[in-house]
Amino acid sequence: MILEKNDWKSYTSEVIRDLTPGAFLSILFLILIILVGLFAPWLAPFDQAEILTNESFEPPSDLLWLGSDFLGRDLLSRLISGVRVTLFLALLITFLSFIMGVGLGFLAAAFGGRVDSVISRINDALLSFPALMLALIVINSLGSSFTVLVVTIAFIDMTRVFRVARALAINIMVMDYVEAAVVRGEGKTWIILQEVLPNSLTPLAAEFGIRFTYAILFISALSFLGLGVQPPQSDLGVLVKENMQALLYGEYTNIYPALTIAAIAISMNVFVDWLLKRSSAKLSEEI
Amino acid sequence: MTNSLLKVKNLSVCVKDKQDNQHKIVDNISFDVKPGKVVALIGESGSGKTTISLSCMGYARPGCFITDGDVRLDEESVLTKSLKELQVLRGKEITYVAQSAAASFNGAMTINAQVTEIPIITKTMTKDEAINKAEKLYKELELPNPDTIGLRYPHQVSGGQLQRLMAAMAMISDPKLLILDEPTTALDVTTQIEVLHSFKKLIKTNNTAAIYVTHDLSLVAQVADHILVLKDGVQIEYGTTNQIINKPKEDYTKALIAAAHIMPDKLSSPYLNELKTNSLLDVQDITAGYGKKQEMIAVENVNLSVEPGETVGIIGESGSGKTTLGRIISGLMAPKTGHVLLNGKLLKGDISQRSRDELRDIQFAFQMADVALNPRQKIGKILGRPMQFYKNLSKKETQYEVEKLLSRVELPTDFSNRYPTELSGGQRQRVNLARALAAEPKLIICDEITSALDTIVAQQILDLLQSLQEELGLSYLFITHNIATVAQISKKIAVMREGKIVEQGFVGDVLTPPCHEYTQLLLNSVPEMRTDWLDTAVAERRQLLADLNRI
Repeated sequence: MILEKNDWKSYTSEVIRDLTPGAFLSILFLILIILVGLFAPWLAPFDQAEILTNESFEPPSDLLWLGSDFLGRDLLSRLISGVRVTLFLALLITFLSFIMGVGLGFLAAAFGGRVDSVISRINDALLSFPALMLALIVINSLGSSFTVLVVTIAFIDMTRVFRVARALAINIMVMDYVEAAVVRGEGKTWIILQEVLPNSLTPLAAEFGIRFTYAILFISALSFLGLGVQPPQSDLGVLVKENMQALLYGEYTNIYPALTIAAIAISMNVFVDWLLKRSSAKLSEEI
Repeated sequence: MTNSLLKVKNLSVCVKDKQDNQHKIVDNISFDVKPGKVVALIGESGSGKTTISLSCMGYARPGCFITDGDVRLDEESVLTKSLKELQVLRGKEITYVAQSAAASFNGAMTINAQVTEIPIITKTMTKDEAINKAEKLYKELELPNPDTIGLRYPHQVSGGQLQRLMAAMAMISDPKLLILDEPTTALDVTTQIEVLHSFKKLIKTNNTAAIYVTHDLSLVAQVADHILVLKDGVQIEYGTTNQIINKPKEDYTKALIAAAHIMPDKLSSPYLNELKTNSLLDVQDITAGYGKKQEMIAVENVNLSVEPGETVGIIGESGSGKTTLGRIISGLMAPKTGHVLLNGKLLKGDISQRSRDELRDIQFAFQMADVALNPRQKIGKILGRPMQFYKNLSKKETQYEVEKLLSRVELPTDFSNRYPTELSGGQRQRVNLARALAAEPKLIICDEITSALDTIVAQQILDLLQSLQEELGLSYLFITHNIATVAQISKKIAVMREGKIVEQGFVGDVLTPPCHEYTQLLLNSVPEMRTDWLDTAVAERRQLLADLNRI
C-alpha cells in the first residue's frame, strides 16, 4: 500500500491500530514524564530547596504527597525538579554524542581506507575501557562540573554511536544510488547529507532512544556515586543517594526516585522495540 | 490415456490489505498435470505464477488466503489437509526447486548431507540407501564425478551444478509432483541449456509430473507439454505447447512471443563510407584487477572504440569482466595500465581528477533500478540534481526540464512528486535512464539495464533507447549477457571471456558464421522457439566446449 506522505490522518490511525498495550502505556508514560520535565517549576507544589518540616523522612501526607526528604524538604517537588534535570542532561548528552558519533561514523564510511582505519582504531581503544571506570577517572581528575559531566558522558556514548552509524553508512555506501552520485562527481558532503543520512534516519532514531535511556542510567549512576550532579542541584540519582538512610527507618523515600528511573528506562525500551518491530514489518511488507 | 495426477480447479487466492479489503491475485485458475508431463506457468512478475505453484503444495504466503477452488493430488484434496498431513506431503510427494540454489543451500553442510536429509529424517531410507540413490541421481543429472561431488560443500561447485543438485534433493524421495520455480533464471546463458536438458531428462526417466514456472517463453517451448499463460492472476490462454507457440489465440500471448529473445533476421554490416570516423571513446590496452595491487586480473589488454551516435554491445557471461570495463570507463575504478580517451583527450583514471564536463559526457545506467534510485528522494530531485550539478539551472528551470525529460522517457509529468517505491519496475528503469539523460551526455554506459525486466517491458526500454539515439545522437555502450538483445540494438559488438575480448567488430560480421568458438557457443545458447531445439543445441554445445578447451 502506498502511503501519501501528507496524509497524516490515515498515518495516525495506522499507528494507533498497530499499537500494542505495552507500547501504548510506554508512550503515555513518556509523554507524561516529558510534560513533567518541561513544566516542572509550575507543577511542583513547593520550592524544591525549601525546608518545610523538622521531621526527616516523613511518611506521605495530605500536604506532602510523597513525604519529606532527609532535610525535611518536599520529596515530590524535588522529584519533579530531579526529572527535569535528569532529562535535560540526558538529552544534551545524547545530542552531543550523536553529532560526534554520526559525523565521525559517516566520515569513516564515506572516505574508507586509512581515514576509516585511524578513526576506528582510536574508537576501539576508547571502547575497550569500561564506561563507568573511564568516566570515574576523568571526572575525578578534572573535578565534577556540569560541563565536564556532559562532555565526558557524551564522549563515552559517542564511541557506541560511532559503531552503529559507521555500520549503517557502510551498507548504504555500496548501494547503486550512491555509486550513481559518485559517477556524477558529487562530493562527500552531498553523499553524506543527501544519500546516506536520509536512508539511515529510522535506525538512528531507534538508536537515539536506546542511547537516551543509557544516558539517564549513566548520569544517575554517577550521581549516586557522588560524582555526577552536585548538591544543591539534584537529579534522580542524587535523590536516591541522599535519602538512602530512609530505608533504615522503614520509609520508602528513595524508592520513588529509583522507581522513576526504572520506569523511564523500561518504557523507553518497550517503545523503541515496538518502533523497530513496526518499521521492519513495514519494510518486509513493501518488499 | 493416463489419469491426471494433479487437478487444480477454479483456484482463487486473495490478499488482505490493512483495511481488510480483499484483492484477488489469482482468479479462477484450472489445469491438470499428468505423470511424466510438464505444465508451464508463464507470465510477467506479479502474474501470480509462483502463488499458484505454492497453492499446489497447500501453502499460501503470509497475508495470502486461498479463498476458492480445489487442488487434488491423486484424487485427494490438498487444501483440506491439516498442517501435519501437509508436512508429510511436502518434501515427499510434492517437492520444490527454487530460483536461487545458492541461497537455498546451507554453506556449512556437505551437499550429500543436505540432499539426503529428508529421506533420512522421515526414516524412509537408511543413510547408505539415501546416498546410493543420490549418486544415481547425480549421474542422471549428468553431474561431473557423481561419486564424489556430494562430499563437497556448496561453494565448491558452480552455480549450474548447484541448481542441478537442488533438483537431486527434490527428486530423492521419488515425488509425484515436482515444482520448478524459475530454476534457470539466475544462471548464465551457456549453462542454462545444459541444466534445462538434464531437468527434462530427469522428468522423463522418472515419470514425474512437473510444474515449470518461468517468464521466458522460449525456454518453456523446450520442456513443457502444456502452457498456461497468465496475466495479473487471470488465465489468458491454456493449451499444448505447439498450439501456444505456433497458433496463439490471444493478443497477450502474441505480444509475449514477439518480445521473446529471438535473434533479429537482419544484422547490421559496415558500409564503406562509415569505416572511418573520429571515435568518441577510445579504450586502449586496459588491464585492471582487484586486490591491493590489482593482482587478481579481471580485464586484460582490452581495446575498444565507440563512435558518435552508435551502439557498441559488450557481451559475456558473469565473471567475464564486462562490468569492470564499464566501471573503468566511467572512472569508478582506475585501471592498472592503459588509457581511456574521450574525443581524443586522455581521461584521468580516478573520478576525482576528471573535470565536471568530462564526467558529464559519460553517464552510467545501472542494472537494478530499485537500488539505483535513492528511496528517500522524489523523482523530481533524482532527475533535477544532475541538471543543477552540471548546468547550474535555477529551481524553476530545473522543474521545467524535469517535466520535459519525463515526457521524453514516456512517463507522466506528475511523477516528479513521487518516490521510487511508488513506481513499477519498468517505470523505475525509465527514471534510471532519464537520470543518465539529464546530464545531456554523449555516451551512456548501460549495464544490463534490461536483464531484470519482464520480456515485454524490456522490449519497450530497448525501443526507447533506440528512439532516443535517433533523436539525440547518443552513443551507448551496452553491457549484457543476452546476445539476442545485443544483436537487436548494436552496430558493433565485443565478445568478452575471462577478461579478454575474444572477438569484436560489426554485429553482422561477428555473429554470422564462421565465428569464434566462444561466440558460437553463446549464439548456440539462445533458445529458439522450436520444440525440438534443445537436444540439437546440447549436442552442438558439447562439441563447441571441447573445441574451446583445446584452444
